[in-house]
Amino acid sequence: MLITRQVEFSASHTCSNPALDRAANEALYGAEANPQGHGHNFVLEVTLEGEPDPVTGMIVDLKLVKEVLEQEVVGPMDHRHLNREVPPFDRVVPTPENLALEIWRRLEPRFHGTPARLKQIRLFETDDLWVDYEGR
Amino acid sequence: MRLTRRYRFSASHRLHAPALDDERNREIYGKCNNPYGHGHDYTLEVAVAGEPASATGRLIALGELDRLVESVILKAMDRRDLNSQVEEFGKLVPTTENLAAVVAARLAKAWPAAFAGAAARLEKVRIHETNRNIFEVHLGAPEAADDVPRGGPGTQIKANQ
Repeated sequence: MLITRQVEFSASHTCSNPALDRAANEALYGAEANPQGHGHNFVLEVTLEGEPDPVTGMIVDLKLVKEVLEQEVVGPMDHRHLNREVPPFDRVVPTPENLALEIWRRLEPRFHGTPARLKQIRLFETDDLWVDYEGR
Repeated sequence: MRLTRRYRFSASHRLHAPALDDERNREIYGKCNNPYGHGHDYTLEVAVAGEPASATGRLIALGELDRLVESVILKAMDRRDLNSQVEEFGKLVPTTENLAAVVAARLAKAWPAAFAGAAARLEKVRIHETNRNIFEVHLGAPEAADDVPRGGPGTQIKANQ
């Protein structure tokens, strides 16, 4: 059975590769390359897989899920500038693809030793652009 | 990893199968058979599978994807009458099943030239006719990606109505 928890965080970022000049970055990232940055209301859906415990009827304690998301994602990223304040985005371009990879890296080990395993994350940068990642 | 981009277009259509008589058409398609047609605000989701390139952090050049969808889909279909102005529907009833197949076929055909050498693969096309009617075409595995998705091998159409 799958269970999905959704959280939101608002953050600013700029998508540009320091090895490239401004024109090349604009060609690659469009308006996202603005050097002054801009922000999004990111929406993260975290899907866990497991079987309901016969006694509690729960796959995993949702309080734990809430805490993990707060510690790993919302706390460090909400109302932050990703490039300047959230490593590794001082050296990795914070595209939604890379952000999804980093969020997976942070979350996946946190469910080891619990009855649930991280199945998929879906990260919306906007309503019109999102990334799904299942660890591969 | 999968990246999905959402687009919108508005178009009119009429559902009428020329092989059937008027009464049968009215029975099958109901109000969608109205002789004067009607329209929808379609939402198109294009899902691309692959891995982000380490230098760019991008799974696909998003600007190129937008240009491709604009040139082969939106320019041809937005604010158009599907039956009379979109070539494929000269002979094909523009149900959203068929529309999803046509959109998938157009994208699959233009894909190799637009993304020559890129590893990203067109994986899925999903069209919302309304908020309640949603249609999906899954394109095949990489080796079958050239198949025209009209019920052909490697293609699966799912309708959630």
